[in-house]
Amino acid sequence: MSTTLDSPVAPMRPMAPRVKMAPREPAREPVANEEPAIEVRNFSFWYGRTQALRDVSFTAPRRAVTALIGPSGCGKSTLLRSINRMNDLIPDTRVSGELVVEGTSVYGSVIDLVAHRQRVGMVFQRPNPFPKSIFDNVAYGPMLNALCTRRDLPDLVEECLRRAALWDEVSDRLDSPATGLSGGQQQRLCIARALGNRPTVLLMDEPCSALDPIATQKVEELIFELKRDYTIVIVTHNMQQAARVSDYTGFFDRGGVLVELGGTNQIFTNPKQERTEAYITGRFG
Amino acid sequence: MNRRTLRRVKSNVMVGIMASAVVVAVLPLLFILGSLLLRGASSLSLAFFSQLPVPAGETGGGVLHAIVGTLIIVGIASLLGVPIGVGAGVYCAEYPGSRLALVTRFVADVMNGTPSIVVGVFAWTVIVAPQHHYSGLAGSAALAILMIPMVMRTTEELLKLVPNSLREAALALGYARWRTTWSVMLRTALPGIVTGTLLAVARIAGETAPLLFTALGNQYLSFNPNAPMAALPLVVFTYSIGPYEEWHQFAWAAALVLILVVLVLSIAARMVTRERFGAYRD
Repeated sequence: MSTTLDSPVAPMRPMAPRVKMAPREPAREPVANEEPAIEVRNFSFWYGRTQALRDVSFTAPRRAVTALIGPSGCGKSTLLRSINRMNDLIPDTRVSGELVVEGTSVYGSVIDLVAHRQRVGMVFQRPNPFPKSIFDNVAYGPMLNALCTRRDLPDLVEECLRRAALWDEVSDRLDSPATGLSGGQQQRLCIARALGNRPTVLLMDEPCSALDPIATQKVEELIFELKRDYTIVIVTHNMQQAARVSDYTGFFDRGGVLVELGGTNQIFTNPKQERTEAYITGRFG
Repeated sequence: MNRRTLRRVKSNVMVGIMASAVVVAVLPLLFILGSLLLRGASSLSLAFFSQLPVPAGETGGGVLHAIVGTLIIVGIASLLGVPIGVGAGVYCAEYPGSRLALVTRFVADVMNGTPSIVVGVFAWTVIVAPQHHYSGLAGSAALAILMIPMVMRTTEELLKLVPNSLREAALALGYARWRTTWSVMLRTALPGIVTGTLLAVARIAGETAPLLFTALGNQYLSFNPNAPMAALPLVVFTYSIGPYEEWHQFAWAAALVLILVVLVLSIAARMVTRERFGAYRD
């Protein structure tokens, strides 16, 4: 266990240079000319008459972790779930503006949703493995999307489980039910399942909120590993977590407004907006 | 008496009341089973399962024709009723707010409470009367009509129990909607649906009234569903109102067989519920 990590339950103190405590490399500052993996322009979202996002413009750079923070009901999850259109499940919703992932307009008329969701993996708040075996959980996505032959499937499953840092714990019981794993293992299995589809983007909706501190640390280390190959957007209520794992941070306020977006270091040490500072120092929210 | 003692007394009194309610509920069931065993078991023999009935006055004979008839009638009814019931249930669970689902759900609830004799008369009017002859097939149709709303409501309720997070997981992996329903929702709810279906089969296997108007009954071994056909409930009905003592014995034994069939189906239903991977825990 890395001693440089803060305990996730430690009280939040203002302005500590927490980013420097991140496990391995320091956070990258935004690079101006890098083409972002996700680009959101003047995006608004309505649940019936309630507006959940107001004119949000936002970018997530490729192969980096972007954290979305903000108080409950600020629309950060709505934005995340718009990126792979999971909000389609909710009746009577409406959007305006543009949301582009790797050059594809997500709410455009020509998008192939199945192919899009295959490229954009998602990890949910509570671990939700299928009630099947560990192997099947990882194998179903790639098999369904015909990403590999049946013969190569075991290799792919092993690779995904290794990347999700779960292989050593489950390699001898791939056929046992996934629901028998612990919560933290289940969540890493869900990450492995998302990786099985060979996505380019990973969306994480408070992936650690149902996990204990040790499991949280494992998932955070995993996120750090994964950002070498994936664009990751993570919603979190835990600001220390945002500081630890992310390169960029976007702060949303109630009413669905993106108040500030910038390098995590800058947001947490030198926020430009007063509102951001008030939130991260714990004066509200 | 201090308050703690008073509480304990109250609690004990309540538990006592509930326990006696359980006894009162179970007692008639045990009584039925007991008297069936007492009066029917003595007539049960290999011949009872393997022979046809003998003319009144002679002893011996069996209900092979009725067992075969019940199997065929209930089998065809299930083939008709289960796919329709499951399909309608899936629709109502997947599009819960649609007008069609609301209407269907309401109609199914009304149908679940409809006396089975009404369904029998309906099948007679629609199938038997135009054909000018009774048939096992008409009986199957009547039983299927009884079965569909039961299977449909069970399927819908069980699909609703599958956590939405599983549906989201599948969709986020790039499953198409039909595939999500098919290989995640239905697959997860399958043990429950099978249980509900088996219980519905057990229910209709014992129905008498609809068969009186449709399958009519038959004294011979018949495999032709397009002709009158015997069935166990019909045998119980006919023989129990007959004038001979041997017939009454026969009816008791047939009733016992019917109960055993239902029992076997219920046990099968319970065994299916013990799923390989255990129920999903959210």
